[in-house]
Parts: sequence; C-alpha cells; structure tokens
Amino acid sequence: MHWLWIDRVVELVPRTRLVALKNVSLAEDHLHDHFAADPVRKRAAMPIMPASLIIEGVAQSSGILVGHAEGFREKCVLAKVSKAELDREVLPGQTLRYTVNMIQFDTVGASTLSVVEVMDLSKPNPGWAEIGRIELMFSHIDRNMAGIEFPSHNFVFSDTFRTLLKTSGIAVDF
Amino acid sequence: MTRDEIFSKVKEVLVDALAVDDDEVTPTATLTKDLGAESIDFLDIVFKLEQAFGFKIGQGELFPENVSKDPEYVRDGKVTTKGIAALRERLPHVDFSGFEKNPQLAKVGEVFTVDALVKFVERKLAAK
Repeated sequence: MHWLWIDRVVELVPRTRLVALKNVSLAEDHLHDHFAADPVRKRAAMPIMPASLIIEGVAQSSGILVGHAEGFREKCVLAKVSKAELDREVLPGQTLRYTVNMIQFDTVGASTLSVVEVMDLSKPNPGWAEIGRIELMFSHIDRNMAGIEFPSHNFVFSDTFRTLLKTSGIAVDF
Repeated sequence: MTRDEIFSKVKEVLVDALAVDDDEVTPTATLTKDLGAESIDFLDIVFKLEQAFGFKIGQGELFPENVSKDPEYVRDGKVTTKGIAALRERLPHVDFSGFEKNPQLAKVGEVFTVDALVKFVERKLAAK
C-alpha cells in the first residue's frame, strides 16, 4: 500500500488554491478494520473512512500547494493541525473533494484552510455537500527557528507524489 | 489603537492559536510555561498576529532564531552576557531582567510573555 490519500489534483492555482479528489473504495484494507465486525457484541462490519485519513489527504493536498509555491525545493512538513471539524461519515463508493486555500505563506512556513466536501452518486441529483473544514500549518523545516539541520535531499516529495502530479497534468521537474 | 485594544486582540490570537481559555491569557503569562506553546506555535502566533494587525513580521523579529548555534552567545547551556546583549538589541519588546539572573538556554522561551507580545505590537503599529 502507498501512503497517498488523494487520487488526483483537478485544479491548481499556484500559491492560491488546489482542489483534489479522493475516491473511497472498499478495496482499501483500512476500511475493513475501521470498523470490523464484532461477533461478541453482535455488530456487523461498518466501513467508514477514518477522519484521521481525511485529514492526511487534506494535508497531502495542502502540502502540494505549499511545496509547488517554491518549485518543491523546500521540505514542507505538516507542523500543526490547527483545527479540524468533520460532521458526517464518509462511506465506500463516495467521493471526497478537498479545496485548499493558502492563507499565509512565507520563508519559514505556510498556513492553509481547506473545505472538505463529499459526493454520493447513489443519491438522486448528487452534488457536493460540505462536511467540514480543516486548518493546517506547514513548516519549511530547513528554515526552522532552532536551526536544526535535516538531510539535504527532499524526502517529503517522493516518487509517489511525482506520479500523482504527472497523472494530474502538473509539470514536474524535481 | 489603545493598549487595551491591542491586548484584547493579542488575547484572541492566543486563545485561537493555543486553545487556551480567555482568563488564562494575562499580561504576565508566559507563552511556553503558562500557555503551553510549543515551537511550531510560535510560527502560528506570528501568522495570526500578521492577520490580526495587518503588518508583516520578519524572521527573527518577534522571536529569536539561531541563538543557540553561536558559540559566543551560548556556553555550557547558558546564554552569555554577549548573547543577552544581542537578544536585547534584537528583541527590544522583551524584558530579560529576570532571565539574566539564571540564563539557562532551555529557559529562554519563558521570557516571552503576553505583555512582550503586546509591546511588540505597540512598537510595530507606532512604526507604521
């Protein structure tokens, strides 16, 4: 399994906004554990997309927006989940849309505000319904206040990210 | 903007950034020890102050950076006299008088009080 919690970037306005999609599939192993059937309590399996992985998907989407701003030269890492509110369960077969807005960006880091929406194609007249908002902070770790040094190669944006960007039609030259 | 108005906005910033209660944010409260701020919270506070007051804060302008890497400024885990002088010059909004009695580097975060932030904002607004 690859640690990538978005399937495609569908819009990128540099330094401003990024929109990404995540299709929730019952083929994903984690849904069979979250939550597995409980024979003792006589509860059937209840596959629900974990909120923590929605936050991770938003963090990856936001990380691409922040990283793209400096041509992926900076190692931008998620430093703080400032706020996360999700008020509905997301089920297999539904699609998530993350719209990330850059709030602040400077040499040491960035902050973003994202809107999480869900679409359920099984419903009549399906449309995007907002289910929550997530505020994140990123640090450009080579510019940390404590002056701590990290390895020189960019370990944040891996081959998996490169593939995602290419399949999303985003020019990659790192 | 009056000092009270600045304090009130700084308080809003800290309640939001550090998830603390209103009444915990007193002028003498320290960001780390009393309000539980961790290193990344300092960047969050910088961002939120910029938004709240509409000015830009340069790197190292509000909180110090790289002090611990300079051997002239830190020796045996303590900030030297030269180091304290440099900090005073760089950060005129901070009161180092208590810190210099026992200048343990590990405790330098404790000099950042709510009042220091208010003074910083006052200076920034006056220089606008």
